Amino acid sequence: MNVICRQAVSLTQAARSFSTTSCLHELRKLSRVRVVDNSSIGRAAAVAGKPGRVIHVYNKQEVATLGDKVLLAIKGQKKRAYVVGVKQRQKAGVPRFDTNNVVLIEDNGAPVGTRITVPIPSILRSKEGDFTKILSLATKFV
Amino acid sequence: MALLAHVARGCSRIPKLQLEAALSVRFQSTLSHNDTKARRARELRPRRNYLLNDEVEQHRKSLLQQSPEVEEIPVQQAEANVPRDFRHVMPEFLPDPNPLYRDRVTEKLERMDMYRRRTCIDIPEFYVGSIMAVTMADHHAPGKQSRFVGICIQRSGTGLRADFTLRNVIDGQGVEVRFDMYGASLQKIEVLKLEQRLDDELFYLRDAAQEYSTIPFDFEPVPLPKGATVPVNSTKVKLNPRPWLERWERHELKGVEDLNLPEKKYRRARQVAKPWERWDLMKRQRESINEDEEESIMKETYMETESTRRARGRQKASLKKTR
Repeated sequence: MNVICRQAVSLTQAARSFSTTSCLHELRKLSRVRVVDNSSIGRAAAVAGKPGRVIHVYNKQEVATLGDKVLLAIKGQKKRAYVVGVKQRQKAGVPRFDTNNVVLIEDNGAPVGTRITVPIPSILRSKEGDFTKILSLATKFV
Repeated sequence: MALLAHVARGCSRIPKLQLEAALSVRFQSTLSHNDTKARRARELRPRRNYLLNDEVEQHRKSLLQQSPEVEEIPVQQAEANVPRDFRHVMPEFLPDPNPLYRDRVTEKLERMDMYRRRTCIDIPEFYVGSIMAVTMADHHAPGKQSRFVGICIQRSGTGLRADFTLRNVIDGQGVEVRFDMYGASLQKIEVLKLEQRLDDELFYLRDAAQEYSTIPFDFEPVPLPKGATVPVNSTKVKLNPRPWLERWERHELKGVEDLNLPEKKYRRARQVAKPWERWDLMKRQRESINEDEEESIMKETYMETESTRRARGRQKASLKKTR
């Protein structure tokens, strides 16, 4: 009897021996991102079906959030970019996007593109950082 | 007084032996291999506002209670015809049924705060599937405020922490914003189109074509005739082909078209389904508020919100007269 019980227990535990928590959608190293400005390199990467990859996040947590700077590997180049939209769950009043959006910048901080095609979270305007040039490219804020 | 002191101290005054016996009984049922330290600590922590029935009875029968000097205050039993489905209109007033989070004093205080907030801002009736617009204070926006329009895809939380999520597609980009219903930065909540959908949560819109959640920001309010019931929008959404964010075949969705999956997927969904839970009376009992308590809370809520509504109507009428 005891043996049968133990077998039954091991069977049920085998069915649930792995975690089934939902995805956190964190923007970490090697995650793919969508370039939302009109730079040719971003567009070419999207057309080729190989969107840029985060290879470094410039913060201690190594998880990029709104307004963080990241280093991308895109079209065989290393490019810096600012995160302007994330999939991760956000605080009340902060928008959450369907894709992880970035805007490419040159090494001197100037944006590569001339226009941003998607809405930008309004909370970026209150964050510290030198992305005023990026905010001036935005057409819409949410 | 002794009773109050007892409330403040929780169950610290329960005889030790009794407490140990109660704990051992509880542990036998709940202790398992995946118990965390935090969980065990939570079990041991004295409950807030937790009284044993025997103790209460003892105080009730004490001489202090029978003193002739103490006057009995008659409880005001005002008449109110609460609509039958009122708990679906304002579900956030019902507390979380989890006994670990129950605290009747806090709940009462929170409800009072919620009524007070409702005198400042009109929080209309809405459901998942309604099209809404929220105006929020935004320090950096040109007009110091920003407005977001979208379809309500989720409503959750209880008490002051109640929130709802709006979804919209702007310039081909899906955007969702979660708002605290009683948040201080909300300035205006409008319901542009009052309707319900077939499901309680519309997260599957993330995996559907964009036109299902595209709502123009200049959406004209659609008035509902007075006294009409809330219409149910029975559109069936066609989901994109997989991969999806979740395995939607396992969610018993009513508002989606046939998913066109291989038979293997449906078989697995049937295997992991728990159809007996619908008839699990104990589960239903655990996950719902006691009927009497629900009725008293809803009555209080109805009376308070109705008086606020009437006061607001009077205010509007007087404004019209002065103009």
